Amino acid sequence: MGKITNEELLTKISDKFQDQFTVVGEPFGLLTLETSREQIIDILSFLKNDPILQFIFLTDITAIHYPEQEKQTGVIYHLHSLVNNVRIRLKVFLADGDVHIPTASNLWNGANWMERETYDFFGVIFDGHPDLRRILNVDDMTAFPMRKEFPLEDPNRVDKKDYFFGR
Amino acid sequence: MQNHPVYTDNDPQNELSTLNLGPTHPATHGVFQNVLQLDGERIVSGVSTIGYIHRAFEKIAEHRPFYQITPLTDRLNYCSSPINNMGWHMTVEKLLGIETPKRVDYLRVIVMELARISDHIICNGVLGVDTGAFTGFLYMMEHREAIYEIYEEVCGSRLTTNIGRIGGFERNFNAIAFSKLRKFLKDFPVTLREFESLFNRNRIFVDRTKDVAAVTAEDALNYSWSGPLLRAAGVDYDVRAMNPYSSYEDFEFEVPVGENGDVYSRFLVRNEEMWQSLRIIEQALTKLEKEPTDIFHADVPEFYLPPKEEVYNNMEALIYHFKIVMGEVPTPTTEVYHSVEGANGELGFYLVNDGGRSPYRLHFRRPSFINYQMYAPMSRGMLLSDAIINMSSLNVIAGELDA
Repeated sequence: MGKITNEELLTKISDKFQDQFTVVGEPFGLLTLETSREQIIDILSFLKNDPILQFIFLTDITAIHYPEQEKQTGVIYHLHSLVNNVRIRLKVFLADGDVHIPTASNLWNGANWMERETYDFFGVIFDGHPDLRRILNVDDMTAFPMRKEFPLEDPNRVDKKDYFFGR
Repeated sequence: MQNHPVYTDNDPQNELSTLNLGPTHPATHGVFQNVLQLDGERIVSGVSTIGYIHRAFEKIAEHRPFYQITPLTDRLNYCSSPINNMGWHMTVEKLLGIETPKRVDYLRVIVMELARISDHIICNGVLGVDTGAFTGFLYMMEHREAIYEIYEEVCGSRLTTNIGRIGGFERNFNAIAFSKLRKFLKDFPVTLREFESLFNRNRIFVDRTKDVAAVTAEDALNYSWSGPLLRAAGVDYDVRAMNPYSSYEDFEFEVPVGENGDVYSRFLVRNEEMWQSLRIIEQALTKLEKEPTDIFHADVPEFYLPPKEEVYNNMEALIYHFKIVMGEVPTPTTEVYHSVEGANGELGFYLVNDGGRSPYRLHFRRPSFINYQMYAPMSRGMLLSDAIINMSSLNVIAGELDA
């Protein structure tokens, strides 16, 4: 669909960052790469500033939590090259206890709130972020609610006991 | 972004005042709080606080089967719920590899374009109200009611529609739905033309909106703006045209683009989009004539709930019903990103599936959330009254902002 294929895209990235990333796959035609936090900003700025690729549109930043993995928290970037109409997904996995990653808000102003949201829900700390505060949850919250260990409902609730409903 | 002079000399009146605009202020049309530093009427700086109606949809979605997530998407941008519903259905269909029949696609296009019109009706109508013209809003609201009546015929509800199912619609469009749709297509252009002639060259309206909150294309892209706001700034990015879904590639329509990204261009872009939506609906009705009239869902018994009378009388249907409700149908373990052109931007669904009955992780790319973050920085140096108009024209919907 796009003007450049995923193979060409992959070749261009491989030329620049030989073995500093791994290819996760192409689910539904969306090239997915995994890299490390040392490389992520270099790769992002290469993708954004390359005169051919031009991934100028940051679609989204979010995260995911796999409690059973060694590196539990994944930060996921979706970029879109409007000129070539190609999307790419980048992942960085971070070990628990050291969830630091450099901020992308120097590349895109739009990353500011996306990173704040990711911090708010997963506790990912974006180093160098200008204003890393909670955004949707209350300021004095201590937990990071989208992590898997956080229960959907408060287990101490007393108003939802079965006997209130005749069960 | 404009930089108006701010008085900084030794004027005894240079003291700044702090104003809490919101969270409940009639002029903000929703729960938005901005703490503004004002120098007279000029905004010196502002801080947005959001999250007042955060309902943790992403967390809830991890505990719901796919078909029960549709009502959650209703409550994102509740001015155009059907687009959210359809976007979600199409995401799941992409995940499951379901091919929908053309008739389903066209029916979906009709509903989505109606939703886009109803959303733009509110945004542009409210923009008129905020600049002091209530009439246009009332004229247009009548037709939003007509659209809601069409929804009622199709799905039974009006605002939070829960319209459609994974694989198609829960029931076929009836004759009343089509006749109401035809009536709408006949009546609405008259009002829209009247609305345009009321505003487009209205001296007061143009003075209040032209060159207010102008945004360059670079700034808009830098802040990841999408939808009418980005197009008003001159970038012709429309998901419908760029990554067509639901057979949008079969339709002829223009992507209206503005010039300087000010409030006035956004108004014009939205108006023109309504005309294009009408055009698309007309085409869809013509295309529907060639399709068999009894198809309204894909043939996917593993995921599409059978009709209730079948469940009670037919063993196979009962089994499928049970398997769907209990979530016993295996689903692929993969991840999918699907986006649709919501009424105020690219509405994306990032779904990570682990093969179970509910998503492992679901993230909504909410255009309101991403569009709104420029609001405080761009208000710097603006008059307070302009900032109010600017907020209306951003069309930020609190439900989508806070998710």
